[in-house]
Amino acid sequence: MHPEKDFFDFLAAGRFMLQRRRNGNVFDPGGHVFYPRMAMPGSGETEMDWVEASGLGTVYSTTVIRQKPPAANYNLALIDLSEGVRMTSRVDGIAPEAVKIGMAVKARVVRENDQSLVVFEPVDAGGAAT
Amino acid sequence: MKPGTEQFPRGRSAIVGAATFGCGVAPGYSNMELAHQASVLALQQAGLRPSDVDGLFTCIMDDSLSSLTLAETLGIQPRFMDNNRTGGSSFQVHATIAALALEARLCDVALIAFGSNQRSSTGKLVQSSRPSPWEAPYKPMRPISSYALAAARHMHEYGTTKQQLGEVALAARKWAQLNPEAFVRDALTMEDYMAARLIADPFSARDCCLVTDGAAAVVMTRADRARDLCRRPAYLLGAAQATTHREMASMSDLTVSALADAAPRAYAQAGVRPQDIDVVELYDAFTINTILFLEDLGFCAKGEGGAFVSGGRIAPGGELPVNTNGGGLSCVHPGMYGLFTIVEAVRQLAGTAGDRQVRNAKLAIAQGNGGELSHEALLILGTEETL
Repeated sequence: MHPEKDFFDFLAAGRFMLQRRRNGNVFDPGGHVFYPRMAMPGSGETEMDWVEASGLGTVYSTTVIRQKPPAANYNLALIDLSEGVRMTSRVDGIAPEAVKIGMAVKARVVRENDQSLVVFEPVDAGGAAT
Repeated sequence: MKPGTEQFPRGRSAIVGAATFGCGVAPGYSNMELAHQASVLALQQAGLRPSDVDGLFTCIMDDSLSSLTLAETLGIQPRFMDNNRTGGSSFQVHATIAALALEARLCDVALIAFGSNQRSSTGKLVQSSRPSPWEAPYKPMRPISSYALAAARHMHEYGTTKQQLGEVALAARKWAQLNPEAFVRDALTMEDYMAARLIADPFSARDCCLVTDGAAAVVMTRADRARDLCRRPAYLLGAAQATTHREMASMSDLTVSALADAAPRAYAQAGVRPQDIDVVELYDAFTINTILFLEDLGFCAKGEGGAFVSGGRIAPGGELPVNTNGGGLSCVHPGMYGLFTIVEAVRQLAGTAGDRQVRNAKLAIAQGNGGELSHEALLILGTEETL
């Protein structure tokens, strides 16, 4: 496993993947890991698998980075994925100021500046906060 | 680690010299020249010369081997050195290690120094980290947007207001107006604060530290020698550090800093409580820092920091003197500010703080913050009466 390289290779193929502990059981399901790394945080277990992310999440925090016109303001957010991990991203599809903490969002893989990345959009097309 | 189990050598080392140089703008100097000058000034206060230094501690942003460069510059060959870099809190860690090294007689005179010409050389904050593959594609405005995310979360969870962030900026400015060394001393009103253009919500430039030049240095010896070198040494009573993350996405709770872990251990080492502290020097890179750190130091409950700083409580004449030099917000912030909180705490304890002197200050906290709320460290310093 080459955690960082594999992640971005998957992403280049349009797949948003997370690492997951292999030896989880019903009492100790173990966790997903983000960002990807060589061993499980804390325990150091190296048995991990790549699994498809659900893409579902909620906004944990959000800010608007304001630029001098004509450059457009844009959103920066921390997203809690339903798998229990958090990532830095942004919420597209609504005004950057309209992104609210607690908002339900869904991931989308986009291509930008020759690079694939995960961004989010409100689950509710209207963009209302949950 | 449970508070009370650590065995820090309480009161067995002391700061006997503390100096700044080139605070604000100091054009034409290299980082190392600024640090060198502050070092010589701090040593002179204690009647010492560079050749007396056998323990050297530094962290200079553009030089990953800066302890070696500073030793060469000073013309010395120290037998103990450390180049720790946890960010702006590096100097609190240096003082902690220096206290242990002094106690173990691995060195006798420890010098901690820093210098930066970032304002004159680039006019902006010098980035000293590689771009993160997990953040960079989203174009964060680091470090401002990182702290903005923490502020936004604190406002969401606790109802902290923009005006309360403003109270922090106004208090810092009022202290700065009492400090001739402070870089920005003109009046700041709440109207000015609220009208400032947002950069990263909820922050405007008024929520962000200055970008200045500046250097600082402190000299430490064992306590038994301190009184021979200094009229009023600042004894190191407790020191602790903790880390929660490197990047914001790995900070489990954006409203609780690592200081909540470190502070109880430092208090236990020192045998003091928050209510015993006379003066608090915090690493106010952004307005939210002061609120978070006062909570995590136990001066108020979690979530009550915004109300706590209101009504002038931390301003001159208020109940709790905080950032008495004007802080990173209004006095000086040359990229790494941690050593300046130590110098100001020492000046307050020595009674040499001029118009901003806190009367009868005996116990002080000098706190450092590294990365983006990533690493927190604090020193508890006291006068001879607190030993």
